[in-house]
Amino acid sequence: MPDSAVLDIMTPSVGGQGAPDPLSMRLGTLPQGGATTAARADALARLRAMGLPRPRDEYWRYTDPAPFTDATVAAQAVDPAAGDPPLFSDVDRLRIVFLDGRFDAAASDDLTLSGISILPLSQAQAEAGHWIAGAYGRLEAAGQSPVPRPFAALNTAAATDGVVIHVTGRAAKPVQILYRRADAAADVVCHHVLRLDPGAELTLLESGLVGARGNLVIEADLATGARLHHIAALRAGHPRVSLTHLFARLGEGALLKSFSLSVDGAHMRSEAVIDMAADDAVAHVAGAMLGDGRQVHHDDTVFITHAGLRGESRQVFKKVLKNGATGVFQGKILVRPGAQKTDGYQISQALLLDEASQFLAKPELEIYADDVKCSHGSTTGAIDETALFYLRSRGVPRERAVVLLVLSFLADALAEIDDEGLRERIAERLEDWLNTRPAAVG
Amino acid sequence: MLEIHDLHVKLEDEDKQILKGVTLRVPAGEVHAIMGPNGSGKSTTSYVLAGRDGYVVTQGTATLNGQDLLAMEPEARAAAGLFLAFQYPVEIPGVGNMTFLRTAVNAQRKARGEAELSAGEFLKLVREKAKALDIDAEMLKRPVNVGFSGGEKKRNEILQMAMLEPTMCILDETDSGLDVDAMRLVADGVNALRSPERAFLVITHYQRLLDHIRPDVVHIMAEGRIVKSGGPELALEVEQNGYADILAEVADA
Ligand SMILES: Nc1ncnc2c1ncn2[C@@H]1O[C@H](COP(=O)(O)OP(=O)(O)OP(=O)(O)O)[C@@H](O)[C@H]1O
Ligand SMILES: [Mg+2]
Repeated sequence: MPDSAVLDIMTPSVGGQGAPDPLSMRLGTLPQGGATTAARADALARLRAMGLPRPRDEYWRYTDPAPFTDATVAAQAVDPAAGDPPLFSDVDRLRIVFLDGRFDAAASDDLTLSGISILPLSQAQAEAGHWIAGAYGRLEAAGQSPVPRPFAALNTAAATDGVVIHVTGRAAKPVQILYRRADAAADVVCHHVLRLDPGAELTLLESGLVGARGNLVIEADLATGARLHHIAALRAGHPRVSLTHLFARLGEGALLKSFSLSVDGAHMRSEAVIDMAADDAVAHVAGAMLGDGRQVHHDDTVFITHAGLRGESRQVFKKVLKNGATGVFQGKILVRPGAQKTDGYQISQALLLDEASQFLAKPELEIYADDVKCSHGSTTGAIDETALFYLRSRGVPRERAVVLLVLSFLADALAEIDDEGLRERIAERLEDWLNTRPAAVG
Repeated sequence: MLEIHDLHVKLEDEDKQILKGVTLRVPAGEVHAIMGPNGSGKSTTSYVLAGRDGYVVTQGTATLNGQDLLAMEPEARAAAGLFLAFQYPVEIPGVGNMTFLRTAVNAQRKARGEAELSAGEFLKLVREKAKALDIDAEMLKRPVNVGFSGGEKKRNEILQMAMLEPTMCILDETDSGLDVDAMRLVADGVNALRSPERAFLVITHYQRLLDHIRPDVVHIMAEGRIVKSGGPELALEVEQNGYADILAEVADA
């Protein structure tokens, strides 16, 4: 049964001339919230206040918001045989499966694991007094300033499911969120909440096919000395529309390493909003993407706020673009007054395999402390002809040489994955993909 | 083995003629040296033979065992047995030396219809050859030439040559920047490969390397041509008197 408080807020409050406004159209029917009802209502109020993004908004100039704001999404045929073989299948991990955005208990592993408690959001919010009531949407709400992120608020309001993880110690093995799809028109809204206690450690893997359209939010709250390793590798194989947000708050000495791999797809934006309010926190966000074709548009938007002392942040983003693909990077480092000894680094690079592709980068530094070290760089380049000739002169065929150089270009981003085994899997996946689709690399 | 006839080459982007009729024949089993002033076209000759972009052959031919080199892709030339040790070996960050070597060795084997080496076979071979060149395991793990000293890069070129076992080896100033011991290692590496089926073309400015690798013929290149050829004594003459006498003598002729 729909929750009446949520429904009240859904009634357009401004400009209601009878016809439903685009926001109501986009929202459709909201799910029941249980323990998250109040948080969902708050999110909806936030969303109403800021409205949906328009192409002229500062952070939407390079990426058209329309595919995310459209009320409906074009169906994308589901072909289970298409795309890549499952990633991480040979890693000892705990699998949580979402089918078209809903927890699939039968396909998931037993959720019991030492050092960690795991519940689907749909169950957690139904439990009276569950801590999710106070945590759901909190970091998303905090991350709305100074830059509004309407789709994240929309996600908080409308999420159908997700996973709620409380890490109390060292998780015995990595946890994998595996997305599967059956419905060709699945419009998936998932919201995951991670809470890491002091000194806790978790490796979170995300993979699979989300849906014809996906809106994913992760909120990660890391207490003192907690460590979160996150690897997202969403599968190739269909022209997905995808929007993801990672909101993280780091306690003293906490560590966050987030890496994303993206191959093809259609219209994608991946945002990371990291709050480094405590001292000695370390956050590294990195991404490698390959895009082939005019329909591919991939945007990485990162906002890191340093407020604690001696914080270290790194942003390393690499994009390989071909046949008219577009890459976007908007990365910001904000150093608040008093955040002395901040060490901030940012690099975004594109390798254009032809002249039809383009890379748009907007690096930003805003610094209000005097004793900090911050640097940023952005480059756009083509394959290094000298290196290509060197490889070919050793008998390496041109196509294979290009693959090696593409991998070489992406290496710095992959180096941000700490676990050697996982890093190699990602590298192998990239290499397989490049080798089996030689046409994709020139 | 290698036959170059009246080779004329200009730059693709500029109307600049660099090679103005190079003629050279290196038979199997022989070692030839090319010496000549800076800018005379030695590296250009080697690049054109290996198939680098940016040059246009306006006249002449170059064949390897009768095959028209100039019509082949660089990788096909390599598979046909041509190898160029670069004057300036290229750094390739992010590509491990081992991956690079193994890819190259197996690509060539495949192109020649031979079975690829297994990981084990390859490792054994590369360790053995690296040891002979005093290249340690650490260097093999690093990205191709990244952070290598000048001398290490040159030794790495010879390691590649030893692994690929080409039949026509062109060495462009592999001796430059080498210390005395490294020079010895490189020369030993070359001598170990000498055989009746293989030929070498060694570009150098110094007599010293030629003390270790005795050339059968020495050619002098100037202004895009081979202006004089002779025995090993020609290198000694250059070492003692420079190029002035030779060039003057050629001009008079
Ligand atoms: N890509 C290029 N662009 C412009 N000039 C070039 C290019 N390649 C070669 N040249 C010119 O051609 C001439 C021959 O160069 P090359 O490198 O072949 O000389 P070299 O005999 O190897 O000299 P060195 O002994 O100094 O190595 C030089 O004048 C050089 O500047
Ligand atoms: Mg030269």
